[in-house]
Amino acid sequence: MAKLINITIDGRNILTEEGRNLVDVAKENGFFIPSLCYFESIESPLGTCRTCTCRINGKFGPACTEKVREGLTVEVNAPDLKDMRKALVEMMFAEGNHICPSCEKSGNCDLQHMGYELGIAISRFPHLFKDRLIDYDAKRMIMEHNRCIKCMRCVVEIKNDDGKNVFSYQNRGNETYVGIDYNEEKKLTREQAIHAMNICPTGAIIVRGESYGMPFGFRKFDKSSTRPDYNTPVKSNNNKRKGKPKKKTIATVSLAGCFGCHMSLLDIDTELLDIVELVSFHKSPITDIKKFSKRCDVGIVEGSVCNDENVETLRAFREQCDLLVAVGECAIWGGLPSMRNSIPLAECMEEAYLNCVTSEEGNTIIPYHKDLPKMLDRVYESREIVKIDYFIPGCPPDAQHIWKAVKNLLWDENYSILYSEFKYD
Amino acid sequence: MDAKTASSFLNEPPRTQMLNRLWEFQRAKHYISDADITTLAKDYDISEIEVEGIVSFYHFFHRKHAGKFTIYLNNSMTSQMKGFNRILEAFERETAAKVGSTDPTGTFGLFLTPCIGLSDQEPAALINFYPFTNLNTLKVREIITKLKKGVPIEEICDHPKENIHYTTDKQPGIFFSDFKSGSAISKLVALQKVGVINKLKNTRLSGRGGAFYPTWMKWQAAADEETTPKVVVCNADEGEPGTFKDRVLMQKVPETVIEGMIACAYAIGASFGLIYLRSEYTWLHDKVEKALQKYRDKGLLGNSCGGITNFNFDIRLQLGAGSYVCGEETALLESAEGKRGEPRTRWFYPVQKGYLNLPTVVNNVETFCAATRIIQYGEDHFRSYGIEKSPGTKIISVSGDCKYPGIYEIEWGMTLGDLLDKCGAEEPYYIQESGPSGTVLTVDEADTPFAMFAEFFTQHIRCGGALTIFNKNRDILDILLNYADFYKQESCGICTPCRAGNYFIERKLERIKNGLASDDDIEELNQWSLIMRHTSRCGLGKTATNSLINTLEKFSDYFESIIQQDKSALNVGFDMEAAIRDYEEFKN
Repeated sequence: MAKLINITIDGRNILTEEGRNLVDVAKENGFFIPSLCYFESIESPLGTCRTCTCRINGKFGPACTEKVREGLTVEVNAPDLKDMRKALVEMMFAEGNHICPSCEKSGNCDLQHMGYELGIAISRFPHLFKDRLIDYDAKRMIMEHNRCIKCMRCVVEIKNDDGKNVFSYQNRGNETYVGIDYNEEKKLTREQAIHAMNICPTGAIIVRGESYGMPFGFRKFDKSSTRPDYNTPVKSNNNKRKGKPKKKTIATVSLAGCFGCHMSLLDIDTELLDIVELVSFHKSPITDIKKFSKRCDVGIVEGSVCNDENVETLRAFREQCDLLVAVGECAIWGGLPSMRNSIPLAECMEEAYLNCVTSEEGNTIIPYHKDLPKMLDRVYESREIVKIDYFIPGCPPDAQHIWKAVKNLLWDENYSILYSEFKYD
Repeated sequence: MDAKTASSFLNEPPRTQMLNRLWEFQRAKHYISDADITTLAKDYDISEIEVEGIVSFYHFFHRKHAGKFTIYLNNSMTSQMKGFNRILEAFERETAAKVGSTDPTGTFGLFLTPCIGLSDQEPAALINFYPFTNLNTLKVREIITKLKKGVPIEEICDHPKENIHYTTDKQPGIFFSDFKSGSAISKLVALQKVGVINKLKNTRLSGRGGAFYPTWMKWQAAADEETTPKVVVCNADEGEPGTFKDRVLMQKVPETVIEGMIACAYAIGASFGLIYLRSEYTWLHDKVEKALQKYRDKGLLGNSCGGITNFNFDIRLQLGAGSYVCGEETALLESAEGKRGEPRTRWFYPVQKGYLNLPTVVNNVETFCAATRIIQYGEDHFRSYGIEKSPGTKIISVSGDCKYPGIYEIEWGMTLGDLLDKCGAEEPYYIQESGPSGTVLTVDEADTPFAMFAEFFTQHIRCGGALTIFNKNRDILDILLNYADFYKQESCGICTPCRAGNYFIERKLERIKNGLASDDDIEELNQWSLIMRHTSRCGLGKTATNSLINTLEKFSDYFESIIQQDKSALNVGFDMEAAIRDYEEFKN
């Protein structure tokens, strides 16, 4: 047995065996350190995702490449470290093209799970929308490069019976991707292939015919969480309304969206009665008021910005509303409409108006008229046009989630939003 | 090119020949074909995708024909300042090749590459890795015409000047004085291993690549390792833009590099040495190889090296293939092993498990040269230069807006102002020390001394070897964008903050350049830079935003002058005209 040593994590003394991996030791002792590339059996640790960055003996460093030794002092939960780790996961979301609603791994995805655990509502980084390939040429697998976070797990772990690597990094810098060897991939056994899919922390490696092997509903991550409000509301104490609150005015709009967030708003059910008492709707699809005639307390924006009319509408909202809330993924970062962002506008238009399967030959036209809105070169996030005060994530956000958040903004009342209320996989 | 003599000193697996084999294919056919990939995969018993991964990592390897004459024009900042755009146009016009491809006949291929270590004679380019310096449009025309006529390239290429302008006020200086082969080796036996290491300790010699890790500690750690054989690696992959001191050391005194390695091998008990030379310095390859051969012929390398019984040591020269990150010591080791140059984690240090998992000392060219001189002259001589905690001298490559770009051997303790005077700096405004990964200085700091460690002064400049001077007419944003693009491309790509971070930084800088930025953007730029610094895997990512952070701090006036002034504005900078341009163009 290895020598017993003392280390300190966030001020707590821990007795453990020398030379073990810090991530494991922390986990056993109830300290959650996020990690995406770390995989117990891989020696030496990969240290690629960097989401386990802590302060180790006063210096920033990843926990996964640290062997514990006598006197090691580790800080895990300092606010700056938490923010830094969150930023790294946000980076991954912004770098890749992660469209969870269309992903086989949704609900069983390490990256998505980490997003929830760290409470990511929005990535602080601009989405890159780099055009990436989906490689269908391998016999058994599909390589979805949009989703790869380059963690290196498959590169070092997956070898066929000849001992040859099936995956290898290609290129470098921002062009780096994980290439798959078609010949070597053929030689993988079914078990090896499924192992590759399973160790992938995202949905980048998909084995044909196996990708829905895990039925929706039996999820890996819904069962527990480190978050205190997982299924018990956190008590708050300032919700005593003094008398009847002042009635507030709300404006809503759906830009490039599907109105799903508005539909979700209607799902508030019985609380609608409460709403009628407390707020009135001004400019909104609900009232069909087209133009602002007064200032509003809150503006709720659904959808992303895809044409010049959207830009003007959004600016008008900003001008007329005290608070502006972006609701749903489209408003937050582009969402589904932004799938066009990796494709040049001209190609999108040709596909939609000229070469579309339903278009009549010789009778096609690209709509253009001075009264028609002009398409933007790409789909923009709402915060790229105006300052947004709050973001409510979800596709669509849960009705309770929206209403609780709006109540908080308008009357400063606190409500716990349960973990289960903002999981949308 | 014969490496067999050295290879008998270490049983290197065949795969370590990977880069050399790829170079053979690249030189012979000007590209690497599918068949070549298959051959290499078979020979080394690895998958083809792994070979492709290696080829695609190094930017001097091409999968498409790169032209009978492959031209690499330097696009670093010093080149940009000296007329890069005109030279690029001239090359395009004369060769009919568009940048990034070849002309229709496949005679000329035109590509861009970051700093080629000739910042003192820009604009410069490599054609089939022969150097061409101080280019102008006429010279470009002349070169291309001659090449078209079939004049051998070795007859028309330039022989880059050493440009050593200053070697301290005392004579003979340390690094460039006369050197007789064997004069350091002859002292080894008397010193014994412990004596060699003590000399380094007493002179506080520390890593001259820029990290300044105490050299004696590294050598001592390697000496203490029980595993044998051991390896000495010389890092001659001088990639930091604006740095060319190692080039000049190898041009002028390659013997001192070799002898430093021999001293190290003696001290730690190594039997094998490797010089990893960046391929931008291919034109120095034969010179260094000749020097090595001279040492072998004299019995200073090989069995009973320098006549010392039981001391068998030889050195192999390995050429890189175009990758900045390979200057990071663990990436360099990976590359020398014939792999992608991805830095390793610190799970093991090179002195424990380095080249081929053997105990390895990796040091910079200048460090080895200094070790040689310390042994040759003795520690007192070395200590008579410099200041208390930073004894000796430092070689600094000066380039940019100054009258005399070139090499300056300064004593530690000299101030920035003195060096600026010596090199004839012309209205210095933005001064970049140690390249993009170093610090940005202003003339307000003219009194700050160059030093390794703080002593009687509070601020000091810990210069790794480059000083690039920009005057007031240079646009700071252009400089920062050049750096951001460089790091975006040179990141090895395996850790998130460096691979993605540099991309985000570039986007943000473009936003500022387009006049759309506000205070918030500047604040974010600063925060993101710090995230990269604290979380990146290796020095590349950790230091990639150094200049940016410095610039934001020291040139805040500049940023205030170019960002949106209305701080209460609720609209975010957005260029409607640019956003609808695609649509307007398409409908036509």
